[in-house]
Amino acid sequence: MSTVATTAGSTPPQSPPQPRTLTPTPTAADRAFQLGLRAAGLTVLLVMTTIGLFLCYRGAQALLDAGPRFLTTQSWEPTSHNFGIATVLTGTLLIAAVAVFFAVPLATGVALYISEYAPRSLRRGLINLVDLMAAVPSVVYGLWGAIFLQEQIIPLAKFLSATFGWLPLLGIHDADPNNPLEDQTIYKSSTFIAGIVVALMIMPIITSVMREAFSQAPVGEREGAYALGATRWGMIRSVVLPFGRGGMIGGTMLGLGRAMGETIAVYMIISPVFQIQPEILRSGANSVSALIALKFGAASPFELSALMAAGLALFTLTLVVNFAASAVIARTRSGQLSEA
Amino acid sequence: MTAAPPPAVEVRRVTAARGLPDHILLAGAVLGGLSLAALITTRLLPSVGAGSFAVLAYLLFLVLYGVLVGLGDNGRTVRDRLASVIVHSLAGLALVALVFVVVFTFLRGREALSHLNFFTSDMQRAGPLDPLSVGGIVHAAAGSLIEITIALLVTVPLGLACAVYLNETTGRLARFVRTVVEAMTALPSIVAGLFILASVVLTLGLARSGLAAGLAISVMMMPIVIRAADVVLRLVPGSLKEAALAMGAPRWRMVWHVVLPTARSGLTTALLLGTARGIGETSPVLLTAGFGSSLNVNPLSGPMVSLPLATFIFSNSPEPTMIARGFGAAAVLLALVLVLFAVTRVAGGRPAGELSARAQRRRAEQSLRELERFTARQRVPMRKPGMWKPDAQPGITEEDHEC
Repeated sequence: MSTVATTAGSTPPQSPPQPRTLTPTPTAADRAFQLGLRAAGLTVLLVMTTIGLFLCYRGAQALLDAGPRFLTTQSWEPTSHNFGIATVLTGTLLIAAVAVFFAVPLATGVALYISEYAPRSLRRGLINLVDLMAAVPSVVYGLWGAIFLQEQIIPLAKFLSATFGWLPLLGIHDADPNNPLEDQTIYKSSTFIAGIVVALMIMPIITSVMREAFSQAPVGEREGAYALGATRWGMIRSVVLPFGRGGMIGGTMLGLGRAMGETIAVYMIISPVFQIQPEILRSGANSVSALIALKFGAASPFELSALMAAGLALFTLTLVVNFAASAVIARTRSGQLSEA
Repeated sequence: MTAAPPPAVEVRRVTAARGLPDHILLAGAVLGGLSLAALITTRLLPSVGAGSFAVLAYLLFLVLYGVLVGLGDNGRTVRDRLASVIVHSLAGLALVALVFVVVFTFLRGREALSHLNFFTSDMQRAGPLDPLSVGGIVHAAAGSLIEITIALLVTVPLGLACAVYLNETTGRLARFVRTVVEAMTALPSIVAGLFILASVVLTLGLARSGLAAGLAISVMMMPIVIRAADVVLRLVPGSLKEAALAMGAPRWRMVWHVVLPTARSGLTTALLLGTARGIGETSPVLLTAGFGSSLNVNPLSGPMVSLPLATFIFSNSPEPTMIARGFGAAAVLLALVLVLFAVTRVAGGRPAGELSARAQRRRAEQSLRELERFTARQRVPMRKPGMWKPDAQPGITEEDHEC
């Protein structure tokens, strides 16, 4: 270092290169373009943030009237100032729980099949089919659930309540499985059926997040597992599933958020009740969105305000779940390419 | 001395993990499961429905298959085979469910669809008790088209501009907008309807109409489209953008002539998927469109029913004819979604920069036109003749344009 300095001593010491200051001079058209883009971004931001604000503003009247009882009251009688979301919130969570219970194994199976088992030529088509499943309108699922599944599910519901009735949630206290002439409607329009239909609707989104996560499991470790003598299932258990765990959790939560917001299919299947219904196989259920769809038609301004407050609760709940889901997915870097 | 023996023809080894015995074993387990289930349900237990039979047969099949594999192999193989069978059957179950929902809708809708008036008249003169030869869904179809057009008019410019904004600018604001948009993709559609009800209908005083419904659909569609378009735009190679900027293009030209055309296929997919979702949404329309039974093509006043809403209302009636109409409307809606989806797969789905044969031909033609333009300009000297000689220029020749 020093010898170099002495041999080069004759030349004046050069100062280290300074970064030039670049001053971009955008043209007028460019400035207008940038401005337009920012305006679009801000408009979208404004719309999205005012959703919460407007619901607050419209729901404030009812919220102030009900106070904290809004969260604990079971009945919905805004005209007599006796209303709350205890029933519908519990119902929403129960339906979402049933949906996730059925959708997650199904989605895991489909995602594993697409990423691990399916022949390469079939993969593209299968991904398309799953996307198509997400695009089928909810009213179609609802119609199918209400007209077809409703009847077909009775034996299963009967069997479950008779066999597993001692488990929490599955029993029906006034059902008599030994009575062959029992009224079948007790098994219809239940949380269980609504949950199954919603499970079909949220399955695609869970599948696509999981598949994305599974397919990112590194090839080297897969081959390592095979080289150590693992069977295919052994490889999946020791490489694919641990790598995809974040995606599985995130996808499940994303599905949970969707399930809680589902309206029409639930509305078409359930028969609404206004007390907490913990027996999921029994007729009668409710959810926040179904309540809104049910009651908004003939609502007075105050009732509408109460519905807005219920909508605000649903909005907050799904937002929290979704934020948590995207945080989990972002940590695993696997949600970037998943379907919106 | 002696010639080396000719190399024996090498026989290709079969590396497939499973051979004929495995398939026979699987088939045997299937048959065994079915027969055992049949035996149990017909001889030992009171008769049960088809669903219970299927579940029972499947469980017996799993047990039989596990035992049969276990006779010849170790426990690890048994677990592997069982996992494989279960994954295959779960995928099959999902596929069957999808196909079943679609086919069921079309089968039940056939009754209503076979009447031509279903496509040409509205429900104004048809009561719930009227036969299917009276009334139709033309009002709902028109409403759907008008509402989705309004939603697209809002979503396409705003959504694409926002997606470009997210990609072309960096900074805290853009990141914040992206976070909010991503959170909003899970916005419950009924909340989108409530929002438009609270803002446009109740605060601004617009009546429940097609316009309000279109706006509600666009609030719901916007995050989906922005998110999908954002992902696509992110895939445009940075080198292309830098090349455009290095050629002296201003940013807007770079976006307009390089970024958007490169990502066209993906953007089309994003828009069509958003449209498919938007056209099938019921709950925002339920809250904002009102309900009428006659044809109304004015989005500014009067109720405007859409196809999913009509399906919903028809199927709420106990009358079999109304339910048949509901299935008919659902079938039309489903067909619309399927067509949109098929178009998506034909038009889009290519990665950024990969062109279809037609697009490549168009590019080549465009490029030839540019060449003619350049050569035409070179023949007309525009500056001082001494300083700029057309012949001295390297010129743009035919060879430079490999079309």
